[in-house]
Amino acid sequence: MSVPHAKLPGWAEYGLIPLVNLAVAFLISGLVVLIVGESPLDAAYHMVNGAFGRGEYIGFTLYYTTTFIFTGLAVAVAFHCGLFNIGGEGQAYVGGIGVAVACLALDRTMPWYLVFPIATVGAAFFGAFWAFIPGWLQARRGSHIVITTIMFNFIAASLMNYLLNRVFKPLGSMSLETRTFEAGGQLPRLDWLMSIFGLDLGSAPFNVSFLLALLAAFAVWLLISRTRLGYEMRTMGFSPTAARYAGIGEARIIIVTMAISGALAGMTALNSIMGEQHRMQLDFVQGAGFVGIAVALMGRSHPAGIIPAALLFGVLYQGGAEIAFEMPAISRDMIVIIQGLVILFAGALEHMFRPAVTRLVLGLSPQGRDTAATRGA
Amino acid sequence: MSELAIELKGIDKSFGVVHANRTIDLKVRKGTIHGIVGENGAGKSTLMSILYGFYQADRGDILIDGRKRDIRDPNAAIAAGIGMVHQHFMLVENFTVLENIMLGAEESQFLNAGIAKARAELRRLERDYALEVDPDAVIGELPVGLQQRVEILKALYRGADILILDEPTGVLTPAEADHLFRILEQLKTEGKTVVFITHKLREIMAITDEVSVMRRGKMVATRRTAETSVEELAELMVGRRVLLRVDKKDATPGDTKLSVRDLTVRDSRGVTMVDGVSFDIRAGEIVGIAGVAGNGQSELLETIAGMRRAASGTVTLSGRTIDVCGAADPSELRRRGLAHVPEDRHHAGLVLQFTESENAILGYHGDPKYRSGLLLDTQAIRAEAEAKIAAYDIRPPDPRLKTANFSGGNQQKIVLAREMERDPQVLIIGQPTRGVDVGAIEFIHRRIIEMRDQGKAVLLVSVELDEIRALSDRILVMFAGRIAGERTPAASEGEIGLLMAGVEDGGEAAQ
Repeated sequence: MSVPHAKLPGWAEYGLIPLVNLAVAFLISGLVVLIVGESPLDAAYHMVNGAFGRGEYIGFTLYYTTTFIFTGLAVAVAFHCGLFNIGGEGQAYVGGIGVAVACLALDRTMPWYLVFPIATVGAAFFGAFWAFIPGWLQARRGSHIVITTIMFNFIAASLMNYLLNRVFKPLGSMSLETRTFEAGGQLPRLDWLMSIFGLDLGSAPFNVSFLLALLAAFAVWLLISRTRLGYEMRTMGFSPTAARYAGIGEARIIIVTMAISGALAGMTALNSIMGEQHRMQLDFVQGAGFVGIAVALMGRSHPAGIIPAALLFGVLYQGGAEIAFEMPAISRDMIVIIQGLVILFAGALEHMFRPAVTRLVLGLSPQGRDTAATRGA
Repeated sequence: MSELAIELKGIDKSFGVVHANRTIDLKVRKGTIHGIVGENGAGKSTLMSILYGFYQADRGDILIDGRKRDIRDPNAAIAAGIGMVHQHFMLVENFTVLENIMLGAEESQFLNAGIAKARAELRRLERDYALEVDPDAVIGELPVGLQQRVEILKALYRGADILILDEPTGVLTPAEADHLFRILEQLKTEGKTVVFITHKLREIMAITDEVSVMRRGKMVATRRTAETSVEELAELMVGRRVLLRVDKKDATPGDTKLSVRDLTVRDSRGVTMVDGVSFDIRAGEIVGIAGVAGNGQSELLETIAGMRRAASGTVTLSGRTIDVCGAADPSELRRRGLAHVPEDRHHAGLVLQFTESENAILGYHGDPKYRSGLLLDTQAIRAEAEAKIAAYDIRPPDPRLKTANFSGGNQQKIVLAREMERDPQVLIIGQPTRGVDVGAIEFIHRRIIEMRDQGKAVLLVSVELDEIRALSDRILVMFAGRIAGERTPAASEGEIGLLMAGVEDGGEAAQ
């Protein structure tokens, strides 16, 4: 007989374990800070203060959060179908084409609320297209999606370099970027939302694409758990043999899933292009596509987990920038180390503390014992 | 020297919340063949894994030859003179017999000395125990029965005095099983002790001297084999009286529902798995396909169900052709009245991570009655799942429970409920009772007969010859991808066994 895998109650599975992982990551980060001769407590203070200390800081934190929700959802959708889409970076980058084209064409003639949906469709379309190709290659040609999506990140970088240089750059300009969009290509910031809580957004680029991200999270939840397509995706993800048995076309489901994943990644471009810079710049994604992998892992691929995980990484980005600013001994690279540690413990080593936590939870609480025996997690 | 080869005292083992072994006592006398029977999940394999050092007991003592032993890992078990022949062989397929036997006992960095020694030792073992195997044959090219012999040689080479065999006959033809039994008798006369784990009671009666019965982690009884009966053992295993025979009326076959003609199927390597198979199944009859696992039954079943493409041939379902060589689609076949209970319920028939109600619609999830607007109608799905749970007595009766948490028998009932309640024309079933407890077997067999009596055409594939003979109205025997012959259920086991071994009608061997 096989060894039964002890199941944890939901609060431990989705609350306690991520918390333990996070605590260890921060503990080791504290040691790193100590080694360079700074106070970990000061660093922690600057991290929290830098992320939440003022309305403006919160605005920046939520701006980053928006980006990570999109990329996290993109990775999560593919995970549910058993696909590891590492190409969020490139899909978000190429998605920028859709946003830029929509804004450049329409920003002078249409208001933002008309340009926004068109740009959204454009971003989703180009992102989906960029993920469709690896999806098609895996479904029809057996090329592994991990390899192809990584390669497509590089292809996207070169392609965008070329397009910005030869197509999008205004005549006479030296920098690799489009012209700055007019009012129709600028998303309104969410001052009103912040002022409900009595906060002043200051110069933070927190904009309406945040609301789109929340909507996307809800839509992904519906898709995965309440639709036939989501049912087929999960069947495929858990057991390709069962999918074949159930008459679910393997090629179709892989291609469709990758397209949806890419569309979500592509929408990331809305936040930075239309929401912050109001133009498309070289390398505007800045690694957010890769952070999405950590966000999806930490959020257990569930939208309700992805939003807090995205917020955490928003805090790390914004608070980390503040640490680097306030504590000169801690360079920008140190912040990357801390982020890396969080990814390491929350993502790659997510099961490290599971046996200990399982023993603790099931050993201590008789209720946990019952829950585990009858219900599973 | 002690009278007892093995003595277990108060062995206790839990995995998390599962109490797999509860204070087990066991005495195995030296120079005997000792059977251990029990349903799946009764704790037999856990107990043997503790004895062989894969797991550590939480409590309890292990005595070998009367001396207390601390068996931390398989190496300690081997040192104590225990050898194990696993259900799934632990052999390197592209190594020779000699290389496999030496593996882990090479003795030095350079192999020459070891090889010479191993060859000499192997020759002695072959002579003493009548275990002939060509030491230079490559494992992958040997038939299963010989591979098993290599496993036994491996254990003996390591100096085993106690041999544990875990479900050794599952992969053997009746003739090969008989040969194995002769080997075991030989080992016994040479003074070795054999522990024989199985769920087949007839084998226990045929070969063992004593038998211990396990149920739900407990050792419930030990009997002298000569003083017990199959009925008593079955009752001890299940904890209540069991009907071992299936009562059924004679079949009243109607029109042909499923017709297979010259079907040939090749696997991904291009090896022919099904070779020009033809047969018909009529409404109201059960056709059983007997054969040793791996002779093309699985591929035949999957091809008819649309999960695998055929190289050539035709299949006709209720008078209409299925495009088995091209785009046969399982969902389309379901709509046309073909229900399929797959052999591998863990990977094909169910998604173990799904809830019970999600699995209750697998394959039929496209049916409009499960949809409301764009979304799945979870309430309708759950209501239907609850009705099936009641009708098939699936326990625990909770459609929101994850399928992995159901026992094997209840998992199989989930699949059967889904496939049978659709009122199909043709039902194809693979290994209906594999890994299913004795109590549920009774229920499943009764359901299959009921389907037949309702006028369904049933194709049954099973490696359990007893099951095939009990349920089928006609028996086809497959060997090496071909139908070796057809028999009635009245045919003797020996007759069917010959066909399973490839001796075709007319007395000539097929190979």
